[in-house]
Amino acid sequence: MSTSALAINFAYVISAALFIFGLKMLSSPATARRGNMVSAIGMLLAVVVTLFAQGLDYKWILLGMVIGSAIGLVAAYKVEMTSMPEMVALFNGFGGVSSLLLAWGEYHENPDLSVFIAIVASLSAFIGGITFTGSMIAFGKLSEKIPSKAIIFSGQHIINAAILISAAVCTGLFAANPQNLYAVFVVIILISLVFGVTSVIPIGGADMPVVISLLNSYSGLAACAAGFVIGNNILIVAGALVGASGIILTRIMCKAMNRSLSNVLFSGFGAITQAAGDGPQGEIKPATAEDVYYILEAADSVAFVPGYGLAVAQAQHVTRELGDLLEENGTEVMYAIHPVAGRMPGHMNVLLAEANVPYDQLVEMDDINPRMDSVDVCVVIGANDVVNPAALEDESSSIYGMPIIETHRAKTVIVLKRSMNPGFAGIQNALFFAENARMYFGDAKASIQALIAEFKGSD
Amino acid sequence: MDAVFLTFVFVLTIFLGFELISKVPSTLHTPLMSGSNAISGITLIGALASLQTDNHFFATVLGTLAVIFATINVVGGYAVTNRMLEMFKKKDDGGAK
Repeated sequence: MSTSALAINFAYVISAALFIFGLKMLSSPATARRGNMVSAIGMLLAVVVTLFAQGLDYKWILLGMVIGSAIGLVAAYKVEMTSMPEMVALFNGFGGVSSLLLAWGEYHENPDLSVFIAIVASLSAFIGGITFTGSMIAFGKLSEKIPSKAIIFSGQHIINAAILISAAVCTGLFAANPQNLYAVFVVIILISLVFGVTSVIPIGGADMPVVISLLNSYSGLAACAAGFVIGNNILIVAGALVGASGIILTRIMCKAMNRSLSNVLFSGFGAITQAAGDGPQGEIKPATAEDVYYILEAADSVAFVPGYGLAVAQAQHVTRELGDLLEENGTEVMYAIHPVAGRMPGHMNVLLAEANVPYDQLVEMDDINPRMDSVDVCVVIGANDVVNPAALEDESSSIYGMPIIETHRAKTVIVLKRSMNPGFAGIQNALFFAENARMYFGDAKASIQALIAEFKGSD
Repeated sequence: MDAVFLTFVFVLTIFLGFELISKVPSTLHTPLMSGSNAISGITLIGALASLQTDNHFFATVLGTLAVIFATINVVGGYAVTNRMLEMFKKKDDGGAK
């Protein structure tokens, strides 16, 4: 190894250390922002030292980096906080496709690969391709450009299994004779692109937190495989860190829905809706803004329980305003957040942070449930399945066993809802018929604005 | 480099990753995801190094595209994560301003 190559590799060690410190600092809200900076500095260092390598074609590098930075910055600063899940999916897909392109370019330049390198090059292209089209489908579903419900086609499992087997066969063929089988490599790429689509399209909108986490992990593993292809440690270290973090998030999300990963990936959950009239029935008690105002006004403690509906209605700012008014009124205000509320892990936390809700008011499910009996009022905003008591009581329910925020145990529950349509899981919610529940129908944002007007009118 | 050595690095890093991430609270899951997503744009390093002056034209095209996509991933990922984390405030440092 030449001296300059040696220096570059030592700089990579420093980058790797910065990534690790950065991730570690991300584990506390107080240090998270600096952690992200530390990790960005690690990346910058790696990029800068790489540019000192000999024989680089700078005009193409400059072109690529200028275009990429411009698109990345514009996208990052223009995106609405409610659209964060699809933005993360999009960026993720781009990371995947760049691993694919890198492996392809390396192979095109040096077709004489050893068996090991041929296998990791195929893996890099394959995982990168799945990440790319899978993320694009996730992006489409999250931004409602394609229907977000699970799309099931007949023979789906057989098709997916056939795709996987043919990919494995192609990889084997290719690894045995990479110089002469350029076409097979292209076929592997095509298969991966198709597989990304067929594996994500059957997964419904509310399962997206799992899918995004998993795709996040794939993009890391693709980078890792690319690192094996070019024999570069920093790609392997950084890729493996991301791969591990994605796997952990995936596991947390699955646990929060009480489902196995294979169940999420292969069952097309939510595609089967129960027959009408099935499930709990009873009388619902609608409430007007004035009724809700009197209930809230008299409460000592109020817990808001946000769900995806809050994001759709963009109601995070008005919710915080209402929370502030309640606090001025001497009420204790909390925001109870279910781990899978929304469309990506931590989605609700980001929205409420955007509305300036301090993070010490955000309460996790496991912290609020034990003291739920002492909460005066729970205000459920656009959440449904994550507060459905059937998950605890009804063994025949498809969400049975999923941990929920037990709002039905609060003294009063106010449910803000557009209509009586069932939630994503397609099951009616017994909470709405409970003795202590009041339904407050309407668009979440407009409904909360009406409450704020009531509060202000009474001063 | 030696395949065994690289695999060694890979396996140890996976374990390190599990240790690091399992401590992140759920409040920070979104920034964690977008921040780690930015790190996965590390492919940029490989893409930069692959753009040699003596490349075939097609390899140069592939490399340049790889640089573009990886840069979007890196720059966009860090910027958006920073934007999100900027909003996370504690009550006593003036949460509602």
